[in-house]
Amino acid sequence: MLIRESKVRQLEVLANTIREDIVSMLLEAGSGHSAGPLGMADVFTALYFHVAKIDPKKPRDEKRDRIILSNGHICPVLYASLAHAGFFPRSELKTLRKLNSRLQGHPHRGSLPGVENTSGPLGQGLSQSVGVALALKLNKSRSRVFCLMSDGEQEEGQTWEAAMSAGKYRLNNLVGIMDRNNIQIDGQTEFVMPLEPLSDKYRAFGWHVIEVDGHNIRAIIEACDEAKSIIEKPTLILAHTTPGKGVDFMENDYLWHGKPPTKQEAREALRQLRTLGGRISSEHE
Amino acid sequence: MNKFLNPKLFSKDVEMIPTRNGYGDGVVEAGRANPNVVVLCCDLVESTRSLPFAQAFPQRFFEMGVAEQNMAGVGAGMAATGKIPFISSYAVFSPGRNWDQIRVSIAYSNLNVKIMGAHSGISVGPDGATHQALEDIAIMRVLPNMVVLAPCDAHEARKAVLAAAKYVGPVYIRFTREKTPVITRPSTPFEIGKAVVLREGSDVTLIACGPLVYEALLAAEQLSKRGIDAEVINCPSIKPLDKKTILKSVQKTGAAVTVEEHQTTGGLFGAIAEFLSQTNPVPIIPVGMDDTFGESGTPDELLTKYGMRSKNIERAVSVLMR
Ligand SMILES: Cc1ncc(C[n+]2csc(CCOP(=O)(O)OP(=O)(O)O)c2C)c(N)n1
Ligand SMILES: [Mg+2]
Repeated sequence: MLIRESKVRQLEVLANTIREDIVSMLLEAGSGHSAGPLGMADVFTALYFHVAKIDPKKPRDEKRDRIILSNGHICPVLYASLAHAGFFPRSELKTLRKLNSRLQGHPHRGSLPGVENTSGPLGQGLSQSVGVALALKLNKSRSRVFCLMSDGEQEEGQTWEAAMSAGKYRLNNLVGIMDRNNIQIDGQTEFVMPLEPLSDKYRAFGWHVIEVDGHNIRAIIEACDEAKSIIEKPTLILAHTTPGKGVDFMENDYLWHGKPPTKQEAREALRQLRTLGGRISSEHE
Repeated sequence: MNKFLNPKLFSKDVEMIPTRNGYGDGVVEAGRANPNVVVLCCDLVESTRSLPFAQAFPQRFFEMGVAEQNMAGVGAGMAATGKIPFISSYAVFSPGRNWDQIRVSIAYSNLNVKIMGAHSGISVGPDGATHQALEDIAIMRVLPNMVVLAPCDAHEARKAVLAAAKYVGPVYIRFTREKTPVITRPSTPFEIGKAVVLREGSDVTLIACGPLVYEALLAAEQLSKRGIDAEVINCPSIKPLDKKTILKSVQKTGAAVTVEEHQTTGGLFGAIAEFLSQTNPVPIIPVGMDDTFGESGTPDELLTKYGMRSKNIERAVSVLMR
């Protein structure tokens, strides 16, 4: 799937708008997670706006690709992507985490169109994805399954049970995309619980592994393409990302895992995002 | 005012402390008193309040990563080797995710592991249903050998942790996230297997656990204005149950309301109903989660929407009095 440079530029701008929405949503909610959602905005943009076959008008279409979010706490990026894709009005984003909202603090299958699975408790999404991938195969479907997961949840035994079963059934319709941002709640992943060598581990479990810069939209798209040509295995895309990407005081700081910005921090974050870190002048100020 | 109650309880400047802080304080004290006390935690060191222990006794603290099933098994192994492990996470994950490990490696083996479940109840708030433990009392109470405690405030939580450290055998304690009123005094007694009458009355017995004890006391105040004399029992020890205190009260009042931040099936209501149906059947109305999952919202909004307020307790009493 060739992609023109102009389209990549367009997607980069969209990813930035999604980051702005994430900041605004978190400010309005007064609680929630900042680092993970900002770090995964490029991956989500590539997936929802180029790679995956989805139709917001037919959210339960049998032929759709399935995007399963395993690390549910980064749902602000999921909700913002779904809204931009047209699954529900963007104005609803400000109801995140509020009473009676369809935008639950952690995604709930059934509450919101486009949300494929319930998650939040870590380590469940890859198993759900294996189930979807197996069922699609039974149905002779050509749809693909993309499972987004975090590095922290690689510590859960269930993740490896799922990885093993995906290897056993040679689920070439399954693509795992891991947010390798090196942080979790209590600190750096390698300090909390050493995870490396992650690529070797997945290879040993029968997966094809591709490492990419998780902020290079072209590279993400090309990796998803490469996965299509791997016909005998599931593929893991190890996306190296910067947690809090785009907001300098959040970047690479694990303390931003689970808190929202204050009003002032949000203003500064939005300024940085709108000017792309000072590279362009903002029209909004 | 009852001698067990905080004199400031109904004033505006009542101290507000989350019960999880009682765990943080208590486990450090227990660690100081006994070098065998160790703490294990699953990537939630600050919010579970394991942090003060980790700082005070770094050699006896173990960061297990996001792996609750492993933590339960490791806890069992340490207990089998003479340690007193406090394993700590959110209640939805421990004892939620690792229930079988707790059942087999800890409860059936009757090992001295203390399971500390933070963020129980709907008052977890905006994180939503996935993170609101509303089934933990039920799944722990059903296990033979397991002691189940639900302290009402930070003082009682601290005492429960100290009692658990002294008691030999598996114990589950549930804690809550939000700041809630300090209901008791530092001197108020606490014992595993004991309930405490916080207010005497003769018309109806309100049996509550956890921070909702406050709502029960508020309801009793309101009811007294309507000439209804409610007895309020704080029942932090759901297993073993203080059968004597409960029996004595309902024999006097002839009716009861149970109050818990938990599914009404299998929790405090279950424990009380199972006991009284065999000894002294009386009508009991449960106040709690009515067989539904929670959702996002502020703790206040959720407690109101799902009917765990003093008003709901009053309404239950009215139904009983009809
Ligand atoms: C089973 C389970 N245990 C614990 C938690 C609490 N928790 C939420 S996020 C998180 C950190 C996990 O690390 P990661 O997903 O890599 O976080 P991020 O990179 O987004 O900061 C933890 C422990 C959880 N959600 N699920
Ligand atoms: Mg991470």
